[in-house]
Amino acid sequence: MKTAVIQFPGSNCDGDALHAAQLLLDQDAQFVWHTEAGLPQGTELVFLPGGFSYGDHLRSGAIAARSPIMQAVKAHAERGGYVLGVCNGFQVLTESGLLPGALSRNRDLHFLCRPVHLRVENTGTAFTGAYTKGQVIEVPIAHGEGNYYADPETIARLEGEGQVVFRYVDNPNGSLNDIAGIVSERGNVLGMMPHPERAVEALLGSEDGRGLFDSLKGALVSR
Amino acid sequence: MSTFKAKVFVTLKPSILDPQGRTVERALSHLDHGNVSGVRVGKYIELTLSGSRAEVEAQLKDITENVLSNPVMEDARWEISEQQGEELVGA
Repeated sequence: MKTAVIQFPGSNCDGDALHAAQLLLDQDAQFVWHTEAGLPQGTELVFLPGGFSYGDHLRSGAIAARSPIMQAVKAHAERGGYVLGVCNGFQVLTESGLLPGALSRNRDLHFLCRPVHLRVENTGTAFTGAYTKGQVIEVPIAHGEGNYYADPETIARLEGEGQVVFRYVDNPNGSLNDIAGIVSERGNVLGMMPHPERAVEALLGSEDGRGLFDSLKGALVSR
Repeated sequence: MSTFKAKVFVTLKPSILDPQGRTVERALSHLDHGNVSGVRVGKYIELTLSGSRAEVEAQLKDITENVLSNPVMEDARWEISEQQGEELVGA
């Protein structure tokens, strides 16, 4: 699956994202700098990595969401192309309007960096087909602003349409409904605070993130 | 063409928990200011714009609503004044 990892000034999980993509999806996965106007020809997956784009100035993800490459990412999503936003990437997705809601300061103001357990709530998406419904996976989090918020109507819609894909087993940050990751209405854009790309090798503590990348590979074949 | 000074105030919506404000409030209470309540932390942004008043006001509204604040969780209001002119208040 031809993958482009977007780099913003202040991205710091871009290397991990590229490594996981090259290992599991596309050995030629490449970086794309945020000032580019377009994505490489044939891009199938856009990976928005974690970090502190623009130093989290104004709001986390706010400036990155308005950078030149995001126009191309929006067009890619509108065509049905896959977009995966992890951590700061999730914040960029909500700030750009590609996903609903917002991510605010963690309930207790602490930066949280540790493995957490997630329940896979919907296996009918391109990102989760390789998991089983209700499966609990261990994936690390590393964020200060991961407290998912949306108005009650939006939360009801997300729940009703099965757009809540990952839920915290033990809510670390105050997110409404324990939400850890959501997909867009069409299901082609996923945003999540935990880092599946940091859980793809047993040597690093968990391989539970592999399922997400395996799912994407499967999704491509069945398309 | 005139020059305008704008002040933009961004605050969390009342329905949004403000852990920062709560922490400040608790600290104040420890400092013997137990009568202080309802602390909310927001942002204050200054801008200078040039153009006609109508243009600049429309532009400021756009900037405030679409860039400087996130309407999902924040409220914003602005004030604008022509440099050496009268003051206008908007929301």
